[in-house]
Amino acid sequence: MRKYFTLENLALGLLIGVGGGYMLNPDETKALPIQELFYLLGSIGFVVGLKMMGKPDTARRGNQIAAIGMIFAVVAALVFGKDGEDLHNVPLILGAIALGTIVGTMMAKKVQMTAMPQMVSLFNGMGGACAALIGLMEFHEMTAAFASVDSEVGQALVAAAMALTGAAAEMQTQLGIIYAGLIIGTVSFAGSMIAYGKLEGKIKDLALPGQQYINLGLLASVVGLAAGHTLGYLDGTFWFYIVLVIAAVYGILFVLPIGGADMPVVISLLNSFTGVAAACGGFLYDNNVMLMGGVLVGSAGTILTVVMCNAMNRSLTNVLLGKVGGASAAASAGNSAGGSIRELQATDVAIMMKYASKVVIVPGYGLAVAQAQHVCHEMELLLESEGVEVKYAIHPVAGRMPGHMNVLLAESSVEYDKLVEMEDINPEFATTDVVLVVGANDVVNPAAKTDPSSPIYGMPILDVENAKQVVVLKRSMKAGYAGIDNDLFYNTKCGMLFGDAKDSLQKLVSEVKSL
Amino acid sequence: MILDFIYENIEFIYLIFLMIIVGIELISHVPSVLHTPLMSGANAIHGVVLIGAILVLGKAHSDDYFSLVLGFVGVVLGTLNVVGGFVVTDRMLEMFKKKDKGGKA
Repeated sequence: MRKYFTLENLALGLLIGVGGGYMLNPDETKALPIQELFYLLGSIGFVVGLKMMGKPDTARRGNQIAAIGMIFAVVAALVFGKDGEDLHNVPLILGAIALGTIVGTMMAKKVQMTAMPQMVSLFNGMGGACAALIGLMEFHEMTAAFASVDSEVGQALVAAAMALTGAAAEMQTQLGIIYAGLIIGTVSFAGSMIAYGKLEGKIKDLALPGQQYINLGLLASVVGLAAGHTLGYLDGTFWFYIVLVIAAVYGILFVLPIGGADMPVVISLLNSFTGVAAACGGFLYDNNVMLMGGVLVGSAGTILTVVMCNAMNRSLTNVLLGKVGGASAAASAGNSAGGSIRELQATDVAIMMKYASKVVIVPGYGLAVAQAQHVCHEMELLLESEGVEVKYAIHPVAGRMPGHMNVLLAESSVEYDKLVEMEDINPEFATTDVVLVVGANDVVNPAAKTDPSSPIYGMPILDVENAKQVVVLKRSMKAGYAGIDNDLFYNTKCGMLFGDAKDSLQKLVSEVKSL
Repeated sequence: MILDFIYENIEFIYLIFLMIIVGIELISHVPSVLHTPLMSGANAIHGVVLIGAILVLGKAHSDDYFSLVLGFVGVVLGTLNVVGGFVVTDRMLEMFKKKDKGGKA
C-alpha cells in the first residue's frame, strides 16, 4: 500500500484537488496566488528532477519529477491565464496540446535507440521554433495596436503620450526581449534541423570559402539590425522580418560546416540556446517558471557542451569552426602506407577468445548500426560460462554522443558494472589477452597520441595495443567517422575479421559453441 | 537608462544569476554515461516555452487569423518538445534500471 503515497502521487493529487476546486468554485482573489504556487512547484520539479538525473540510480525518477513539474506549470497557465485574466481560444489551445501530445508520444516511442541523437535535435528545433513564433506574434500584436490608431497625427499624439508616461521606454525593452527570443529561437530551430539532417545522413558537410567571415558578418548584421530597430535608429516593421530571415540563414550556415562526429556538441549547444530563448519568454511575460526553466537549461546545457568537448579533448572554438572536417582530407592521404594487414577467420578468433582468461570488448557505432548489441551480449554470456572474464571498454564518445553506447548496451541487458570507463580500463589492457573491437575506429586510433598532424591528435583513446591480441571486426578497410586511416590495423598484434558486425558476432558465437 | 533597467528588474537578475550557478553545479559532476539522457532531459525542460505559446494564443482576438494560426502551430511545437522530450528521456533511462526478476538474463 505504501507505494501509493509517493511524491509523484501526492503532487498530482494536490494538482487535481487545488486546480479542480478552483474551476468548480472560481475565486478571483485566489487565482494569482495559486498560479504562483504552481509555478513555484514547477520550478522546484525542474531543479530537483535535473539533480536526480545526474545519478544512474535516480535518473529515471528525476525525469518523471521534472515532467510533473512541467504539468504543474502548464496547468497553471491554462487554468489561471495571465495576470488573472482568463485565456481566450481555449478549445484551440487544448486541441493543439492534444495533437502535440499524441504526435510527440508516437515519435518518441517509435524512434530507434540508434537514432536517439537526431530525435533530441528534432525536438530541440521545435522548442526553438516555438520561441521564434512567440516573438513573431508579440511583434505582430505590438505593431497592430499602434497601427489601429487612425491618422498620422493620432499616431504622433500616442507616441508623445507614451514618451511622457515612460511607456515608450518599456516598449523598447519589450521589443529588445522579443528580438532576443526571436533570434535565438530561429538560430536554434534552423541549426537543429540541419543537425538532424546530418545525423540522418541526408545533409553532407559543406563549407563555403571564408565561411567564418560570412558567419561573423551575418551574426553582426542580425545583432546590429535588431539593436538599431529596437533603439529607434531604423524605422519600419519590415526590419523585423529581415532580421528573422538573416537569423535563419545564420543558423543554417552555423551548423553546415561542422563535422558529423561533432554534432552532439552542437546539439547540446543549440539545446542551451533554446533554453535562453525560453528564458526571454519568461522575462517578457513576467513568468518565473519559464525564466527559471530556461536559464537552468541554458546554463546546464552550456556546461554539458564544455564537458563533452573536454571528453574529446577539443576546444569549443575548434568544434565550431569545423576543424576536423577540413584537415582530415589532407591527413588521410599521407598515412596509408603503414604495411599489410592480417585477415582472420571466425574460427581463429573463436579459439583465441575461448582459451583467453580475459577479453575486453570495445563497442563502437558500427555495433549499434548493425543492431549487434544483443548478439554481443549473448557472446559475453557464452564466454563467461567458459570461465573467461569479459568487460566492455566504453570510450566517452563511443556511439554518437557521450553515454550513447551505455544506453544501447543497457538496452540489450548488459550488466551496468560490466561497462568500464576509459580511465579505469586503460591500465587493464596490459593484462588482457584479447581485445575485440566491434565497429569502433577513431577511439582506438594511436595517431591521436603519436601523430601531431592528425586531426584527432590529443583525443584520449583506448590503449588497446597494450593487449596481447587485438581483433577488429569491421565491414571493410574504409576510414572511420573522422575520415582518417588507423595505424592500429597494421600492427602485428592486430587481426581483422571483415563483415557486418552482427553476422561476424553470430559466427563467433556458433564457433565458440562448437569448439 | 541601464541603471533604471537593472533597478526595475533586480529580482529577475538575482534569479538569473542564481539559476546559472544551480545549472552549473547540477551538471559539473555527472558521469559521462548520463550525458545523453541529461541533454535530452534538459531539452524537455526548455519546452516550458510552451507556456509562452499558450499565453500568446490565449490573448489573440478570434478574428486575428495570423496570430491564431501561428499560435496554434506554436502550441503544437511546444507540446511536441515537452512530451517528446520527456518520453524519449524516459525510454533511455528505462534501460538503466537495475535488473530484477523482469530482466531477460
